[in-house]
Amino acid sequence: MQTLVAYVENKPGVLNRVSSLARRLAINIDSLTVGPTENEEIARMTLVAHTDAKGGHRLEASLEKLVDVLLAENISGRSVLERDLALIKVQADQGNRPHLMELIKVFRARVVDVAPESLIIEVSGAVDKIDGLLEVLRPFGVLEMARTGRIAMTRGGDLLRPPAGAETPGRVEAPVCTK
Amino acid sequence: MKLTGAEILCETLTRLGVRHIFGYPGGAILPVYDALGKSKLHHILVRHEQGATHMADGYARASGGIGVAMATSGPGATNMVTGIATAMLDSSPVVCITGNVSSKLLGSDAFQEVDITGITMPITKHNVVVTKAEDVARTLREAFLIANSGRPGPVLVDVTKDAQQATAEFDWETCAPKLPAKRVRETYDQAQFDRAVELLNSAKRPVILAGRGILLSGAVRAFSQFAQAANIPVAMTLLGIGCFPASDALNLGMMGMHGEAWVNHAIQEADLLVAVGMRFDDRVTGDLRTYAKNARKIHIEIDRAEINKNVPVDAALIGDAGETLTKLLPRVETRDHAAWMRRIAEMKGDAAVRDIQSLPDSGHLYAAHVINDLWKETRGEAVVVTDVGQHQMWEAQYYHHNAPHTLITSGGLGTMGFALPAAIGAKFARPEADVWVVAGDGGFQMTMSELATIVQEKIKVNIAIINNGYLGMVRQWQEFFYDKRYVATPLVAPDFVALANAFGLRGERVTERGGVIPAIRAARESAETVLLDFRVEQEDSVYPMVPAGASLHEMIRRPNSPLVETAAEP
Repeated sequence: MQTLVAYVENKPGVLNRVSSLARRLAINIDSLTVGPTENEEIARMTLVAHTDAKGGHRLEASLEKLVDVLLAENISGRSVLERDLALIKVQADQGNRPHLMELIKVFRARVVDVAPESLIIEVSGAVDKIDGLLEVLRPFGVLEMARTGRIAMTRGGDLLRPPAGAETPGRVEAPVCTK
Repeated sequence: MKLTGAEILCETLTRLGVRHIFGYPGGAILPVYDALGKSKLHHILVRHEQGATHMADGYARASGGIGVAMATSGPGATNMVTGIATAMLDSSPVVCITGNVSSKLLGSDAFQEVDITGITMPITKHNVVVTKAEDVARTLREAFLIANSGRPGPVLVDVTKDAQQATAEFDWETCAPKLPAKRVRETYDQAQFDRAVELLNSAKRPVILAGRGILLSGAVRAFSQFAQAANIPVAMTLLGIGCFPASDALNLGMMGMHGEAWVNHAIQEADLLVAVGMRFDDRVTGDLRTYAKNARKIHIEIDRAEINKNVPVDAALIGDAGETLTKLLPRVETRDHAAWMRRIAEMKGDAAVRDIQSLPDSGHLYAAHVINDLWKETRGEAVVVTDVGQHQMWEAQYYHHNAPHTLITSGGLGTMGFALPAAIGAKFARPEADVWVVAGDGGFQMTMSELATIVQEKIKVNIAIINNGYLGMVRQWQEFFYDKRYVATPLVAPDFVALANAFGLRGERVTERGGVIPAIRAARESAETVLLDFRVEQEDSVYPMVPAGASLHEMIRRPNSPLVETAAEP
């Protein structure tokens, strides 16, 4: 599994270009999240792909060749903070509700909706943690689940900022050399 | 100044230095054609939009500049797809302009509407839809910038009809390109550079692998200086041919599937490969598990995505070929590789006597004879544009190119039908050049309608059809790997001479070796396009051959006696 972070132009079609590229390289995307950044013209993507380090390099280098991708970085193997958010609707009645609440507490999840026959649990954290909670909830009956997919950030001073000057783009003209 | 989007488009192309546009009109691009009529741009009417893209590609390859193709929406645009993919695979800077339905109709399945940007996304370097007249100039300037920078490639600009018809203020200063400011990676790596220098200066059996990147970089001089200074023999990819003189003592020739045996053996025995502007395509490496196992590898390449893609390398120098070679040059020590050169000469062994050229005239005409005579008659100075197949490989083997941009051929995509339109494009780029089409009877039939373009534009290219009555390369594979079951490869062709006549062109049929040179001379002396139909040996094969997936040294060699029994051993 390889994790990549990319800053892209926040405009229509860019997501298609990124996902289409992975498809062309025959790399399966495990999760892809897109969200705005502090600069509304730039979006940040976290892409987790089923591939090895070689595939990760190829994906990173190929992504950077796309005109609309400002920066792509394979952060696999670095010190990275990863987060996933899930909403899980689980069957719950008077009888098992206390037991459920106990488990939810252990996982530091929250109950965000209560109905007579079910609960919605919100949990965020590393993928393993959410998978773990899901595992223990299964016997109760998981009715529905929505997950955001991973977002990732390198820890500490390892900064991945959008390239400076992205707000005021422009380059020199290329010569058209015709004989 | 207020102009329509269509007028802005033509004015922008003119200011970008464009003089020729290869295209085909239609409803959704009509406003542009109306504006074209009032401009100084020379529009070449093609007979099929695939031809337009190949012409633009041939134009780009012959000139070193950008080729421009134009088509209408829907089928006009989809007909361009093969030509765009051809340009993409060979990193050719082509700008394709398509019309589309009005922006309010986009997505409504309107007449002749197609999502051409969606279709061409994986086969363009970039593509974009323009829906406003005020965006036309800037977008085109960006397209030209993208097409010819870094690793070049095709860019498609799809302009809706309302964007062509609407008016907007046109001012060259304010419509400057505004491309996203990307992070610029520091590609120069001192450690990799030092490692490369150390490998270069300590190699005993080095080989340079030279590719099209050298031509695209305009680095022919820098490359030659580097190869001479390092005193390293040079093997070329098909698309690299011309980047180093065939006549140079260091030249080995073409490598790969149909490379000469000694070239591939030299690569397999090398202790260092210096790859410059090439991408270790499967057609040049054969089985990767056995490829140059004892060689260290240096890869000089502009595209980071190519590094370690097929072959893991010991030193990667990412950047423009010319700049990198110039930086390397002062660090290169000239080494004596006499023993290695002797070893390579030894590997040439009996290759020369196996060569068809060494055989006495048996009365049969071989493609190799035709190419060899063409080379001699044109003193190796023609611009040869080939199609795809056996004749393409024979051209690469027997036409010895000394100058850059004199072989134009579809390498990566292997597009049959490329030759004739690409040659038309090449002729517009270099009107003074002696342009020759070398095509098979199969590929020629794919795009021969462009003969009418030649007639309408009154240009002269010479056409040599290597006519063997088969889809020759496929037939060869069937002979070698499918027990001679020739399914769908015997091919009926029209009478090409009569066909040429029908277009108002001169044609001549050649069936004997003695007729080759007189026919070539007559064609060259004619002021008009001449088509030569060379009836060559039908079941001849291209040797040597590395079967697909086999190791590079596992070649099917030329038979000691040719397939014609009348020829004697020399």
